[in-house]
Amino acid sequence: MAQTAVDTPSPAKLEVSDEVAIQISNMNKWYGTFHVLRDIDLTVYRGERIVIAGPSGSGKSTLIRCINALEEHQRGRIEVDGTVLSSDIKNIDTIRSEVGMVFQHFNLFPHLTILENCTLAPIWVRKTPKHEAEKTAMHFLEKVKIPEQADKYPGQLSGGQQQRVAIARSLCMKPRIMLFDEPTSALDPEMIKEVLDTMVELAEEGMTMICVTHEMGFARQVANRVIFMDQGQIVEQNEPEEFFNNPQNPRTKLFLSQILGH
Amino acid sequence: MSDLHAHSVAYVRESMLDQQPPPATETGVVKWMRSNLFSTIPNAILTLLALWALWSLLSGVAPWLLNGIWTAPSLSACREILDGATGGCFSVLTERWNQLLFGFQYPSELYWRPTLAFVLLFVAIAPVLFFNTFPRRMLIFTAIYPFLAYWLIWGGSILVPLLAAVGLVAGYFVYARFVAQSFAMGFFGGIVAAFVVWWITGFLPVEGILALTPVESRNMGGFMLNLILGSVCVSLSIPFGIALALGRQSRMPIIKWICVVFIEFIRGVPLITLLFVANVVLAYFLPPGTNFDLILRVIIMITMFASAYIAEVIRGGLAALPKGQYEAADSLGLDYPQAMRLIILPQALKISIPGIVNVAVGLFKDTTLVSVISMFDLVGMIRGPILASTEWNGVYWELLGFAALLFFVTCYGISQYSQWLERQLNTDRR
Repeated sequence: MAQTAVDTPSPAKLEVSDEVAIQISNMNKWYGTFHVLRDIDLTVYRGERIVIAGPSGSGKSTLIRCINALEEHQRGRIEVDGTVLSSDIKNIDTIRSEVGMVFQHFNLFPHLTILENCTLAPIWVRKTPKHEAEKTAMHFLEKVKIPEQADKYPGQLSGGQQQRVAIARSLCMKPRIMLFDEPTSALDPEMIKEVLDTMVELAEEGMTMICVTHEMGFARQVANRVIFMDQGQIVEQNEPEEFFNNPQNPRTKLFLSQILGH
Repeated sequence: MSDLHAHSVAYVRESMLDQQPPPATETGVVKWMRSNLFSTIPNAILTLLALWALWSLLSGVAPWLLNGIWTAPSLSACREILDGATGGCFSVLTERWNQLLFGFQYPSELYWRPTLAFVLLFVAIAPVLFFNTFPRRMLIFTAIYPFLAYWLIWGGSILVPLLAAVGLVAGYFVYARFVAQSFAMGFFGGIVAAFVVWWITGFLPVEGILALTPVESRNMGGFMLNLILGSVCVSLSIPFGIALALGRQSRMPIIKWICVVFIEFIRGVPLITLLFVANVVLAYFLPPGTNFDLILRVIIMITMFASAYIAEVIRGGLAALPKGQYEAADSLGLDYPQAMRLIILPQALKISIPGIVNVAVGLFKDTTLVSVISMFDLVGMIRGPILASTEWNGVYWELLGFAALLFFVTCYGISQYSQWLERQLNTDRR
């Protein structure tokens, strides 16, 4: 398997520490008899911004969903923030509260207001006092530029606004790592930009991010490493410049020619 | 059409038209009748037929209602007064009013106690039903109410319901103490603690302290019995139904199979069978000498029956939620009880409201089935002591119509409330 691994990225636009945030070694996952993830090895350093690309069905979403144990892996080892992921529920809940996740379909809680969506987890998981949680929530809602929507319900917001609320909701838990699972795939074109702007801003503040996305412009702008997956394997990873201008693996070349070709 | 040149494309309007009222045939009663009653010839015929049916129904029922006799002491006296004219003998309702409401054995000087309990019922459920209108502090009374109502209706020493409450409180404290470590530990610890308290306090001498005249279960009857069974069983079967529905979804195979077997078995058995079991068979399984109250046995059976149905309704609500809601709750680090209580159940229950109300209304009417195991609820009273008496032998329409009216009013109220509740909870506006 041609794996031109560049585990220690060369100087990027933003400094990356050499502290390890996520270490995945030799990880395998099956759905029944179908081998979805095969021998995944990946080290993510604190402050890194990684974009995972690849054709649909290549296992990109499954990979990041394994990191916060939304999916179980059957073999191999995942270490998040110094905690090894085991099947122990307490252990999983600890990791989940440190790792924020943004979904393709937002998954806001429709029966709660925007503010309640943001304060729920801090109040119940972190046991933050209510007024303090609300202050934090308003801070992050201002950051994603929709503080005026705080008392509305998710159903009253546009898709782009909902996705920004979803980002704010994750940030309210003060996560050390953020996972984005195709955050703009369900959005209308004019709303994609407002969500990407929020993500760029987050990246510039040094958040450790792993994004599954088809937004190659975003990858060029903020990623310091692009990973290409196909058939459940990491096929190629490199800095964005090299990845886009000089892809090595034929599968990568084919993929890039298909998505950049028009 | 003077301002329109037929053959030129260019067109400039010179004066704007004023608004005009629509033609008379398009407004008011005429329009409504034309479009709704007489739009086509078949519709007109159907309208006339419906009017005729309505007329013949009313002309039969109205004299019976308006000409009714409310003051005769017996059916024969009533027929004498009517002297061949059409009219209902509603005097059976006034004569036997207390029997219809309280049964024929409840001491008449104590009628104020169940009446008071009935009035207080509204105070107790108001903060639950209208959670936005009433202060949350009223929920304290709601928590006290079941014990108070028991004391009022059954009488006896106040220590009995008080100690029952103490057991529950002890169970709750044990639960709260251990739930942080493990939900199962808290849950079962709480149950054990409650039973230990009840067992110990069972030895206390309770007679005579703040005692009301005791009334035995077999003396309960009339619509009061239907209300007791209905309200207790509905309020118990909702939490049990939720637990069963969640249990059926559990990843733990033993819990899952216990719930599946329970639900499928109870749903597959007629309620009457369960009531006969409660009445007769259950006694064989209990240690000899235990006096297990008949109403309590019936409550257990009806609750089991209703909770199996409610569990299936709620399972439908749970299945209707997108998987993303579970994942979002998980990804924020909420544990299972939190995710269920804060995210999943509020949404699933909202979806399930029509189904739950359907079961609740059906259950409330099914409480009349206890008449077949010789309990004298409203229908039991009518079929038994009242119709069998020499004075009122043969007054079917008036009595059963009254029973139907009572049940209709109650069930229609429940149904209207549930529609209001659905509108209240409609926040997602999808």
